[in-house]
Amino acid sequence: MLVIVAPPLFKGGYLMNVLVFVGINTMLAIALNLLLGYAGQISLGHAGFFGLGAYLSGILTTTYGLNPWAAMPAAAGVVGCLAGLIGFPILKLKGHYLAMATLGLGIIIYIVFNETVEFTGGPSGLSGIPNLQLAGITFDSDVKNYYLIWGVTLAVMLFSLNLANSRVGRALRAVHDSEVAAQVLGVNSRILKVQIFALSAVISSLAGSLYAHTMTFISPASFGFNFSIELLTMVVIGGLGSVFGSFLGAALLTLLPEFLRGANDYDIIIYGALLVVMVMFMPGGLVRGIPALFRKIAARKGETGHA
Amino acid sequence: MNFKVMSFIIAAATLLFSATVFAAPPIKIGALFAVTGPAAFLGEPERNSAKMVIDEINKAGGVKGRKLELVAYDTTGDATKAVQLATKLIKDDKVVAIIGPSTTGETMAVIPVVEKEQIPLISCSAGSKITDPVKKWVFKTAQNDSLAVGRIYEYLQKTKQTNVSILTVSDGFGASGREQLKNQAAKYGITIVSDDTYGPKDTDMTAQLTKIRGVHSQAIICWGTNPGPAVIAKNARQLGIKTPLFMSHGVSSKKFIELAGDAAEGIKLPSGKVVVADLLPGSDRQKKSLMAFVKDYQKHYKAEGDHFGGHAWDAVMLIRNAVENGADSAAAIRDQLEKTRGFAGIGGSFTYSAQEHAGLGKDAFVLVEVKNKDWAIVK
Amino acid sequence: MQFDQILQYALSGLSTGAIYALIGIGFSIIYNATGIINFAQGEFVMLGGLLTLSSLELLKLPLWAAIPCAVAVSTVAGILFERLAIRPLRQPTPINLVIITIGGSILIRGLAMLVWGKDTHAIPPFSGDTPIAIGGATILPQHLWILGITLVTILINKVYFYHTISGKAMRACSYNRRAAGLVGIDVKRMVLFSFIISSAMGAVAGIIVAPLTMTAYDVGVMLGLKGFCAAIIGGMSSGISTVIGGLILGVLESLGAGLISSGYKDAIAFIILLLILFIRPQGLFGKADSERV
Repeated sequence: MLVIVAPPLFKGGYLMNVLVFVGINTMLAIALNLLLGYAGQISLGHAGFFGLGAYLSGILTTTYGLNPWAAMPAAAGVVGCLAGLIGFPILKLKGHYLAMATLGLGIIIYIVFNETVEFTGGPSGLSGIPNLQLAGITFDSDVKNYYLIWGVTLAVMLFSLNLANSRVGRALRAVHDSEVAAQVLGVNSRILKVQIFALSAVISSLAGSLYAHTMTFISPASFGFNFSIELLTMVVIGGLGSVFGSFLGAALLTLLPEFLRGANDYDIIIYGALLVVMVMFMPGGLVRGIPALFRKIAARKGETGHA
Repeated sequence: MNFKVMSFIIAAATLLFSATVFAAPPIKIGALFAVTGPAAFLGEPERNSAKMVIDEINKAGGVKGRKLELVAYDTTGDATKAVQLATKLIKDDKVVAIIGPSTTGETMAVIPVVEKEQIPLISCSAGSKITDPVKKWVFKTAQNDSLAVGRIYEYLQKTKQTNVSILTVSDGFGASGREQLKNQAAKYGITIVSDDTYGPKDTDMTAQLTKIRGVHSQAIICWGTNPGPAVIAKNARQLGIKTPLFMSHGVSSKKFIELAGDAAEGIKLPSGKVVVADLLPGSDRQKKSLMAFVKDYQKHYKAEGDHFGGHAWDAVMLIRNAVENGADSAAAIRDQLEKTRGFAGIGGSFTYSAQEHAGLGKDAFVLVEVKNKDWAIVK
Repeated sequence: MQFDQILQYALSGLSTGAIYALIGIGFSIIYNATGIINFAQGEFVMLGGLLTLSSLELLKLPLWAAIPCAVAVSTVAGILFERLAIRPLRQPTPINLVIITIGGSILIRGLAMLVWGKDTHAIPPFSGDTPIAIGGATILPQHLWILGITLVTILINKVYFYHTISGKAMRACSYNRRAAGLVGIDVKRMVLFSFIISSAMGAVAGIIVAPLTMTAYDVGVMLGLKGFCAAIIGGMSSGISTVIGGLILGVLESLGAGLISSGYKDAIAFIILLLILFIRPQGLFGKADSERV
């Protein structure tokens, strides 16, 4: 409901552009949340899958002239397979080791983007990526892209909510709590983890392809280690294991730089401080912290009411 | 707080800061500079220079009775942000022209936006492909890296040192330079015997230099921006490499000499004339504006005005001249820019036309050498 | 391929590897005492270099005084970090710890950027920069300083951990925290000590490498990551294994850059990391972990 009302309010101004990014980031945050919040597996390299989706879709459409609607699923398919293959060895690891392994993976992917100049244009980026077209409408303005992106985002949100409440979702949470116990109960945790890793990668790839066709220009800089950290921050701040939390986190972190634009050099500090403070005082993320805060305030009011 | 209200407050505050009340509204010039981030050595002097010269113009009464107003945003060197902020400048701030961005990668990303929205862009980045092929709304004030490469190759051809090794950084600037080095080699009879790269954050290039030492080339051309080239200079010295070292205009600042220390002696590179302004003959057309710029920048910012800041200075002056000639809308400014003939700026003498939007010729670069921790012109 | 070239690659790789080793040991010490991977370790390396710069330029101290000064201040930063960020953590799950240390590292980096700006700065080498020839290769005096100081640091470490009470107490914590607590070891204090030692070591690493590679507010990121790789290769030990891990990493990286491709230099370290994690996660020298249910 919110989503539909927004465009007429902001009349195609710069904010529309920002909101498109909020949509893409929400998709990415949800993808990471599935892996991190539900299944409890840390990934510090998700920008890599995002980038792969963007570049594969971009290259297929520019160099090979494929229709974007064919390129996007093709890219998602490749990324999914890749994630599945890497997932097997990588998900044997736990905790910090997994974090570092995914970090390494993300960085390797980033370096590949930079070095394979003939395909990706290297550090100068890839331009001229075509916009998406559907039934005669070309998605080349912010408002149109806004509807497109948010359409997909809402679909992803519904899908994830469904997944979380299904048998698969419960099995995921069992693995999160105690992998050994889950295995004892008959959950094939290994296959499950790989599947969710691949699913997470596929959604990220989709977001990446959409990003490429909206921006018409991509460069490796957007897909590095820093962005993986940003995604992680979005998920943590929003709330692990909550789809709505992912939206909150994505919205906050995409809009924050806009507000902080005046504070130029200070934004990086605020960023780091936010991370630290959130983990210390609101480990459940905003989605649980804010209602909890309200409850605390309400409880206190109640107490003073009865002397 | 409603975002629209907030931006209104910020816009109002900006206007308030722009001095006193006027009859006609100010001319809003947008700017995209990489003030923070890896290209800060470009963006910061650019922003400083732009502010400085706009303040001076306004103090002298503005242009045709109207003040200039600078709306500058920091892109942090990120092409994606540059695109977003370009949209913001055009849609929210309603600027009539945009100066910048600072890097080639960002510029290439922003070009489709300004072409679509029909706002003139004067880029401060070096990539030749920005204006080649010519795009209707895109100009640049930074010298083409093709000219820089030409300068070096010309010298090498003259001194018969035609077997070269190239070592370029793996970012937009280095990639563009590498492209130019390879494309122009045949024209000057140069043979590239080895082609290596290094990362912008690398701290040790002895591996690449050891390889280069083994191929016995006659010159080593390094294309990058600080601190990489300084490390390369030091590594080369450590490895006892006696082959002459050439750098790009990316390090034509005192900072390079400071970082490389003794290892910088004897290194040659193409540079805009501003770093050797005081050494130029009196007959040089640019000498007057160069000396004025250096002095002004020193007074305002207590630092040396370098040739990066000059790009922004040139861009502002070019727009100012366009307005002086009667232009006050985006399209009119664009048309007037194309009519620029022989404007003696910091980067060189600018002449634009419908087919030429880069505006500078070979005289934009001089070959300089590091001698006694300072610059000297190479004859 | 000439022997000279390979020797050169190997020598450069050894000194880079020594730096990775120092940083890696820092990681291991904290991990062993607390189970935390301190993503901010790289930032202490950065602080060491930049603080030395300030001591030399602002306070005009001579080199032999500037270094201990810089190490001291970095250690204080380490203590603050532990006190403010790690100790108050209410739910120390691995995810929270990872995020808090990452957040902390961003914070430290941001503050450094504000104080020192974004420029790169050079620090004078300890004893001049005339190259020394070894076989057909050359190294600088600074390389010798790096190898020497690393060796000394390792020895000091060994003495501390095996021959002093507090060192042995820290080792006890790393084997089993609860048991250590039961025999009267103040575990919280050990955590503090581990941060002190690690930040000091990181700072030292940053200082000895700065004359070679110059220093800036963001040098910590990659160095920290590669130091971690060294620690993993060495199986998270605080002794000779991590040193060997670091040296191997440095040399392989250097050989790879020279013989295969210079663009992929950084990727080499991470590919090695992935291979080790996949094939032998306990490192080349460690013993396999068993999981408690």
